[in-house]
Amino acid sequence: MIEIKNLSKIYATAGQQVLALDDVSLAVKKGEVFGIIGLSGAGKSTLIRCINMLEKPTQGSITVDGREITSLGMGELRFARQKIGMIFQQFNLLSSRTVFDNVMFPLEIAQVPRAEANKRVQELLELVGLTDKAGMHPGQLSGGQKQRVGIARALANGPKLLLSDEATSALDPQTTRSILKLLKDINRQLNLTILLITHDMNVIKEVCDRVAVISNSRIVEIGDVLDVFSNPQTSTSRSFVNAVINHEVPAELLHSSTERNGETTTRLIRVSFIGASAGQPLISSMVRRYNVDVNIIYGNIDRIKDTPFGNLTLEIIGHPQLLQEAFDYLRGQGLEIEVLTNA
Amino acid sequence: MLELLGNNSWVVDKVLVATWETIYMVLISTVLSYLFGLPLGIILVTTAKNHIMENKGLNRVLGSIVNAARSIPFIIFLILLIPLTRFVVGTPIGTVASIVPLTIAAIPFVARMVETSLKEIEWGLVEAAVSMGANNSQVVSKVLLPEAMPSLLLGIAITAINLVGYSAMAGIVGGGGLGTLAYYYGYQRYEDTVMWITVIVLIILVQGVQMLGDNLAGKIANKRR
Repeated sequence: MIEIKNLSKIYATAGQQVLALDDVSLAVKKGEVFGIIGLSGAGKSTLIRCINMLEKPTQGSITVDGREITSLGMGELRFARQKIGMIFQQFNLLSSRTVFDNVMFPLEIAQVPRAEANKRVQELLELVGLTDKAGMHPGQLSGGQKQRVGIARALANGPKLLLSDEATSALDPQTTRSILKLLKDINRQLNLTILLITHDMNVIKEVCDRVAVISNSRIVEIGDVLDVFSNPQTSTSRSFVNAVINHEVPAELLHSSTERNGETTTRLIRVSFIGASAGQPLISSMVRRYNVDVNIIYGNIDRIKDTPFGNLTLEIIGHPQLLQEAFDYLRGQGLEIEVLTNA
Repeated sequence: MLELLGNNSWVVDKVLVATWETIYMVLISTVLSYLFGLPLGIILVTTAKNHIMENKGLNRVLGSIVNAARSIPFIIFLILLIPLTRFVVGTPIGTVASIVPLTIAAIPFVARMVETSLKEIEWGLVEAAVSMGANNSQVVSKVLLPEAMPSLLLGIAITAINLVGYSAMAGIVGGGGLGTLAYYYGYQRYEDTVMWITVIVLIILVQGVQMLGDNLAGKIANKRR
């Protein structure tokens, strides 16, 4: 759906050149929810704004749905933009218009006949659950309702792609969740491709299929959200993942777990499980089979988009030979094991 | 007030006629100055750096003309424009003739007022419209002007009030209206009563215009809250 090739953007301000994007290449598949995460100033905002040419790239090309956006004339670009919806952190609704007329706005721009447009607005307000607010002005709505209007407006001209520029960053966690659920729903119902940028790993976790991590104007990691969560490759990714899932083990624990006591050995391991195996009692069957003792240090189970994803830090005490066999058993069941101590 | 006039009932007639002349001059020149000043203000905003029709050269030239015109005192404008007024109206004297210098003096003022109002609009709104594929005229007519409406209305009130003052000045050189009345009777014939009545009528006019502007702007702003 989107193909970004060697994209660079340089801002020239008062004799100073700032590199905002440095040779970024990226492909977003049709129908997926793709997230770009990065700290403020990393370049993610510039990147998403290049896709509908709100920012003009300095170098490189962007293709959306088979059309090279970066080489279109002004008229063609306006037409292409009608098929790329966008939602914003600050909602950007017109205070001069009611909710109904705000959703009508892009249809006016596209010169859709009035009767057809009216019908379309009704449908969209129903989709986002704001039919009863049609006659209100944006100033009378809550943040979450404003963003719902923003979403309805972005969908008005039946886009194939939705760009979300920090759409939930100004909302409280509960409202964020409901907006993300709405995005997930429209992604499925309309087979709409969504590209979103955020600084919040929770957003990535809730809705995204794939994620790109951007740092210092470059993409440093890109992959399935599950992979990035279970096995982040760069320090930037790790710090984002840690903000949501605790991956670090305190040093004191590592130290105390290396003691040996006669016949038995103590090992600290981390078990990660994804998907189906999260529902099976694998740890208790390991305890029974190999006669080891387990002390749970830390545990966490979460959901990444729709897949259960768990993390357990365990202290396992048992005969060295049996411990090894127990680990092999868990690995055989599809769990990921990381031995944190090697005494 | 009637007691004050005593048997000078002719004053009432004079004041009524002069008031109507002033209202007429101000009304027509306000409308005409917006006819030219509004587009000029829109161009000043949209050709500015990073705006939808960025054009450094045009912006700078128009900006300089507006500044130059605004730095000429109105009384000088009146004299400078006599040939133009004579060409357009046929005579430089009278109510209709006053409309020419009043309008021309107000255009650059209106342009700056409009510019200030439109600049207050959050850039995000313009960007949202552009992201939907809006063209420049759609951005102006569907975003900038409607969003700035309360502020634009207040600007119209301020312009009209300024023109009331300017029209009095035009009156001194034979422009008609309350200015002429105050000058001929109040100043040249030492009729203090006429002078004071003129002042009171001007105060009422200005108050009225300002209240009307506040009221309309407030109503619109309230609806949007």
